[in-house]
Formats: sequence, C-alpha cells, structure tokens
Amino acid sequence: MSLSGADIQCVAKLARLRLTEAETTSTLSQLNSILTMIDSMQAVITEGVAPLAHPLELTQVLRIDEVTEENAREAYQKTAPAIKDGLYLVPRVLE
Amino acid sequence: MSSLTKNTLAGLREILTRGDASSVEITQDYLAEISARRDLNTFITVTQDDALASAKVADQIRAAGQASLTTGLPIAHKDLFCTKGILTSCGSKMLSNFISPYDAEVVSKFKNAGFVMLGKLNMDEFAMGSSNETSHFGPVKNPWSPTHVPGGSSGGSAAAVAARLTPLATATDTGGSIRQPAAFTGTSGLKPTYGRVSRFGMIAFASSLDQGGLIAQTAEDLAIGMQIISGHDNKDSTSALIEVPNYESLLNDSIRGLTIGLPDEFFDSRLDTRMQSQIEEVIRIFTSLGANTVSVSLTHVAEAIPAYYVIAPAEASSNLSRFDGVRFGYRAEKPIDLTDLYERSRGEGFGSEVKRRILIGTYALSEGYFDAYYKKAQQIRRLIKQDFDRAFSLCDLLLSPTTPSTAFALGEKSDDPVAMYLEDIYTIATNLAGLPGGSFQAGLIDGLPAGYQLTGPAFSESKILNAAHKVQQATDWHTHYPEEIRNV
Repeated sequence: MSLSGADIQCVAKLARLRLTEAETTSTLSQLNSILTMIDSMQAVITEGVAPLAHPLELTQVLRIDEVTEENAREAYQKTAPAIKDGLYLVPRVLE
Repeated sequence: MSSLTKNTLAGLREILTRGDASSVEITQDYLAEISARRDLNTFITVTQDDALASAKVADQIRAAGQASLTTGLPIAHKDLFCTKGILTSCGSKMLSNFISPYDAEVVSKFKNAGFVMLGKLNMDEFAMGSSNETSHFGPVKNPWSPTHVPGGSSGGSAAAVAARLTPLATATDTGGSIRQPAAFTGTSGLKPTYGRVSRFGMIAFASSLDQGGLIAQTAEDLAIGMQIISGHDNKDSTSALIEVPNYESLLNDSIRGLTIGLPDEFFDSRLDTRMQSQIEEVIRIFTSLGANTVSVSLTHVAEAIPAYYVIAPAEASSNLSRFDGVRFGYRAEKPIDLTDLYERSRGEGFGSEVKRRILIGTYALSEGYFDAYYKKAQQIRRLIKQDFDRAFSLCDLLLSPTTPSTAFALGEKSDDPVAMYLEDIYTIATNLAGLPGGSFQAGLIDGLPAGYQLTGPAFSESKILNAAHKVQQATDWHTHYPEEIRNV
C-alpha cells in the first residue's frame, strides 16, 4: 500500500500538522518505506488471536475517590503562551 | 579527571559514609567535569546553583547524624522527567520554553532520598530515535569516539555516565532506549518491568510501552537506584501493586543452576561475527559460574519491529495531540485562526522524526485501516508475549547481544528511518511484552563497547541484576572507560 502526496496532506490535516511542500516530498518516500516494512506483518497468521492492548493484564489499582489535588491554576498557567484573567487566549473562533 | 568522579555510586556512598569527602566536594568535582566536557553535549541544563545548595543541605543533614545511606549522592535526569521550576524540554523545540510546574514521581523519590540533581540530560526528541541525533539541542557524542553516536533515545544519560559526569542517570525505554545506549557507551542499563516504576511526570511517548529506568556503571549501582524508584504510585494507576524486593541484598546470590536461554533467532547469520564472539565469552563466564544454557525460540520476534512501528506511533499520535500551542509549549507567531495556530505550532515545534511518527500513527488509526494495522499489530503483540512465556517455562533468563553491532557513525543512518528502526531488533520485543531487560558491558570491539542483554519474566529485576553483578565480579569490562578521560 503506497501513499501519494495528497494522502500525506490528508493525514497531516487529520493530525493538525502543517507540512511544507518540501517536507511533504521528503516525507513521502520515507513514509512509504516505513509502510513497506510494516506491511511485512501481514504475512503472519493471526486468525483467532486476541489483540493484546497492554503488557500486564493486571487489574488497575483504583485509589479512594477523594480530592487530593490542590488548585494550581496559576502555576499551570505560568507556562501558557497567552492568558488573560485566568483564561487561555486563542484566535477568535466565533464572530 | 578527579579521583572522586571515577567512583561508582556505591563507592561514593562509602566515601560519604566514612566522611572522606563531603557532598559539596563531590558535587563540585562533577560540575567541573561537566563543564570540561561540554563538547559531548550530554547536558541540556546544568543546575549548578541548585546542586550546590542541595549538597550543602545534605552535608548539614549528615553532620546532624540524620543522613540516610543515599544522602548527598549525585544524579542527573533525562530531560523527559518533569522537574519543578526547571526546564523540561524532552529534547524538543516544542518544549524548549517549558518550565515544569511539578516533579515527576521518580524525581521526587530521588529528592526525598537525599540525592543531589546535577542537571537535565540530552535525548532524542520525545524519546524518538536510536542515535540521539533527533534532539533539538544537537546530537550527543559518544565519549569513546566523538564521531560515533552514543545510541538513543537516552543518549545523554548513557554518555554522561560513560564519561563519568554523573554516577547515575535516569533514562526511559520504549523500544530499547535504555539498553541500546548503555551497550554503545560501555555502561549498565536497566529497563524495569512495565508497571515497576511510576510514569507520573514522564512526558508520554507510547503509554503501553514506556518505562522509566536507570543507567550506571554497574549492576550494583542500578540496584541502589532501583530500590528508590520501584513501587506503586497512586498517581499512576498502571504502576503495579507488587512487593519490591531488596535488590542489593540479592546481588550476591549464587547463580549456580541458573538456566540461561539463548534465543535461536538472535544468533543467526545477521549477527556480526565479532559481536558473536564477545557474547560467547559472556556465555563462557556464566557457565564457569555454574549457570546452564539452553536453546529457545522466539518465533515471532522478527515481526516485533513492524508491530512496534504501528503501536508506538499510534499511541504517540494520540499522546502528542496535547501539544497544541494553547496551554504550554511552543506557539506559532501570528496565527490567522485556531486551525492555523494548531497546525503551525505543531508543524514548526516538532522535528522531522516526531512528525513522521505522528503521521504513521494517525494513518494507522484512521478509518478503514484500523484492522489492517493497529489490530494486526496487537495480535502479533500477543503472539510475541506467548513466545516469551514459552521460553521462560524452559529458562530463568534470556541472553542475547543488546545490539547487532557496536555504535555507528554520526550521520550514518540519519537519512534512512527504516535502517535506524532495525537497530532495535534485539530490544524491541521486550517492550511489547512489558518485560524487564538489562544491558551490561561485554568488552570492546575495535575500541568501541559491546553489550549483552539479559531479559527476564515480569518483575524479575533482582534476578537480572544478580546475574549481571556476578559477571561483573568475574570480569573487569565495567571498569573500562574512554582513554581520553583516563589521560586527563
């Protein structure tokens, strides 16, 4: 299965990733060689094999449902690129 | 090099306990070495003032008779572990302005044990790489040869330990990122069982594969560090509620009767002949210590690489969606609308390897391709785990080379992602199965280090460290360090 430049642009859009023209070209051949390598797994017979999502099939440990976190909004917002009155600023979405 | 910085962690612990040197003196010597070896590019941030201040506090605690065994020992953290108030870049332009508001659990645990942090270590961007060449902060050089890579993604951790710029470094391993650089730099590295060590505050790459661990000079030093970081953490529900053994006290157990499995698939014609003879020498030492060997088969191990390069990018594409230029990290200038803000912040903030993996992951998870890629890869993951289960019904530990050959040259594979991915042939299956694995020194080939890998059943870290320690007691490979340093 081989990808075209248009496919790459489509996937990049899904991933919210802007690629330059030059990047699209260089990425194309690299992604296709990676996909060729990945396609080698199609030769393995996996009929009836249950997918393994997680290495340790243990029951997750649940903690007691109580509030442990303190409000650290100011500390967290210190690292934000743009804030105002405790809100994150982004370009206008609604007119 | 100062006489203090050539010590192992265990050696420094003795020096502090005896009072032969203070933590401030030790810290000063390491800071001087770090400064003298800026050429290796191992550190992204050196926390000089904080280090000296905490060393001073450690000395006061010791003077008051309240020191623990580890009070005042130095450590450096891979720049993937969040450190409160200190740049945590993950090797990326995306986080090149990120001052973490909190500490990772691993960082807290070392702090609470009295360790002095020297700084933050260079790494492949978002831990995606096997050569440390994808770092936004430039490649790390291998202390054994400045024209060779130190391996990756924990290349800064491994090179810093090899160059004796820190006695202990944290590291992480998603597909071999602790073991491969340990092998390339002549150090000892342990990737613990998935769930043994909290991932809280580790910047996520592939959450079902990532595991924090350590790089040091010896198995004994790894045991000291593992005692501190192992165990359940309420803040990471995937950390296992399983008892932590006393790693150090088990180091000297006899390995007479230990059965070591040699996977057929790892000793085939692709293996470099000189690497093979180094590994045969390791096997001979194990045999002389009373261990037995048995041939085993990991039938599906060849498919581990394609399965991994579906699962890891799929998880990464999801994890890295949090970097959107809104709440933290890099933000593109003058966005025209919200989509432009997202797309350009990510397009400009991520490097090319990270973008490749996000694209592969997004593609594999997209409508119509899920069964052919993600589900197929997860089925293969099950088959690989079953292979290991079968192998461990016949043996206690598996032994193999860590890498097919010694460190490759800088630039040699950087334009060929598939060649770079194939580097991880011996290490990657371990992550898919969530098992613990260690890489330990196996001598030199043409002046560059070789490493052997021990893999064990889940939660068998103590057995791996015990076996490696016995070999280190019978050899001097772990005492070698680069000539350039020896002559300073």
